[in-house]
Amino acid sequence: MSVLVILEQQGGVWHKMSWEALAAGVELARGLGRPVAAAVAGADLDSLAAELAGYRVERVLSVDHPLLAEYSPDGFTAALGQMIRARQPFLVVLPHTYQVREFAPKLAASLDRALVPDVVGCRVEGGEAVFVRQLFQGKMNADVAVAGEPPYFVSVQAGAFRADRLERGSAPAPVEKPAIALEAAEIRTRPLERFQEAKRTVDLAAAEIIVAVGRGIKEPENIPLAEKLAQALGGELGASRPICDNGWLPMERQIGSSGQTVSPKLYVAVGISGAIQHLVGMKGSRTVVAINKDANAPIFEVADYGIVGNLFEVVPALTEEVLKARG
Amino acid sequence: MRIVVCLKQVPSRDSLLRIDESQQWVRETDLSWEINEPDTFALEEGLRLKEKHGGEVVVVAAGPARAASAIREALAKGADRGLHVEDDALGRLDSFTVARALAAAIRTEPFDLVLTGLQSDDLGYGQTGVILAELLGVPHATIIMEVAKTDGGIKVKRELEAGWFQYVEMPLPALLSIQSGINKVRYATLMGIKKAKSKELKRFTPAELGVGLEPRQKIRRVYVPQKSKRTQLIEGLAKEAAAKLVEKLRFEARVL
Repeated sequence: MSVLVILEQQGGVWHKMSWEALAAGVELARGLGRPVAAAVAGADLDSLAAELAGYRVERVLSVDHPLLAEYSPDGFTAALGQMIRARQPFLVVLPHTYQVREFAPKLAASLDRALVPDVVGCRVEGGEAVFVRQLFQGKMNADVAVAGEPPYFVSVQAGAFRADRLERGSAPAPVEKPAIALEAAEIRTRPLERFQEAKRTVDLAAAEIIVAVGRGIKEPENIPLAEKLAQALGGELGASRPICDNGWLPMERQIGSSGQTVSPKLYVAVGISGAIQHLVGMKGSRTVVAINKDANAPIFEVADYGIVGNLFEVVPALTEEVLKARG
Repeated sequence: MRIVVCLKQVPSRDSLLRIDESQQWVRETDLSWEINEPDTFALEEGLRLKEKHGGEVVVVAAGPARAASAIREALAKGADRGLHVEDDALGRLDSFTVARALAAAIRTEPFDLVLTGLQSDDLGYGQTGVILAELLGVPHATIIMEVAKTDGGIKVKRELEAGWFQYVEMPLPALLSIQSGINKVRYATLMGIKKAKSKELKRFTPAELGVGLEPRQKIRRVYVPQKSKRTQLIEGLAKEAAAKLVEKLRFEARVL
């Protein structure tokens, strides 16, 4: 019984988190003394399966069916469920993507199993896997053990495992195409075109990442520097009071006691000294980065990471590094 | 439309959390409770759909006796009736077991649409709705930003990653888990609070519904994650410092 990692692709392009899931699977397989296999679901997967076979895995399972060309929870549950029933893995590992969140709990439930979602760590204790999850929005951690018979299911949080440590195999792993029986009538949802849209209004309270600018930005003409960083991070642009008072940014972007209270997972304070009126609006953020020329600025009291320096040099460099990392 | 909205009662957001003696949960005696915030958006969406298309909103919660106050609050906001699967253990059980309890209660009602929030603020499994859809045998979609009724069923707007969206159509009955922020939630009015007192709230024990509560997952230990709020100052020239910072944000803070 192997550790089976199910990777995610969309239209022939790998989801980045797939590799982190594979890294988690490799780590768990080593601890459990079991082989690791990799699977991918979709249509026309030959080249992706061949690429996957280059990694050090026991085998690659290509769950390939025309009705899987477009993702649907019903189609993916049916097809992957058949493969899992046939292969009887010990543990199934998935990346905790939006798509996995939508179908993996159903897949596990269809096999009368429960998924341990969004894990940030794992270890093997006496031959048994124990998973670390965050509770109360990250305020607590919990060690979770699974009861009952395998297969067990787990999805891993973005960034929890390092994909850059994956090893390639000396020879390509064998690729197998499990037989899948799937009828169009089994897929009850009808997905339409994917699209992007411009954001209507900004909701800083819901933002996961915020780059906020303060007086240190000096001129309204410099604000695009911070805006570019926010875009690179996939986050929102916020500001301290003086910036909005000056009309450089609309009031809806103001963070602090007279503006919005935010608690994103990442808050990057650019040229903000950190007056208490500002700090009360953002101190609930999970990770705070401060970029400021003044090493004694109070913002560093609440910052997890700090760069003391000239923001006009640091911010563009940071934007570039973020873009590089996000590929 | 016959709409069922699932609610969970969780510790208030500003609760001071202390680990209990078993080291497997937090001390509940210290806590105040509220409706899980993501579920309030599901409730609001249910109320809006009812106002538009007629029908009924039934709220269902699985939890200890205290969870009845969450149901009453939903009734005060305009829900018509409540179902409560009551058991002390239900407050902290894994989502599979909770979903089985909810499914058993929902099966006592005819329904067109089941709504859940995205995830709970306490356990944060984010999967009770999806499991529920499988147990009830209905199609589902998650992270929903818009719900519209069509001739044959519903058309919903699903949020994808990185600013992408997708419309998905499906027949009814169906289950949706609603994205937080989809609407602006209402407050209960004084009149609503008064009316809520006479609305029906049906209680079940898991045994009455024929559901066992054997957990599928067990929390072995709860602990405070190690966190050093001491600022790590990152040295070096701009480019070098930026690269180091990105590395730390990805693999240490894990926020990228």
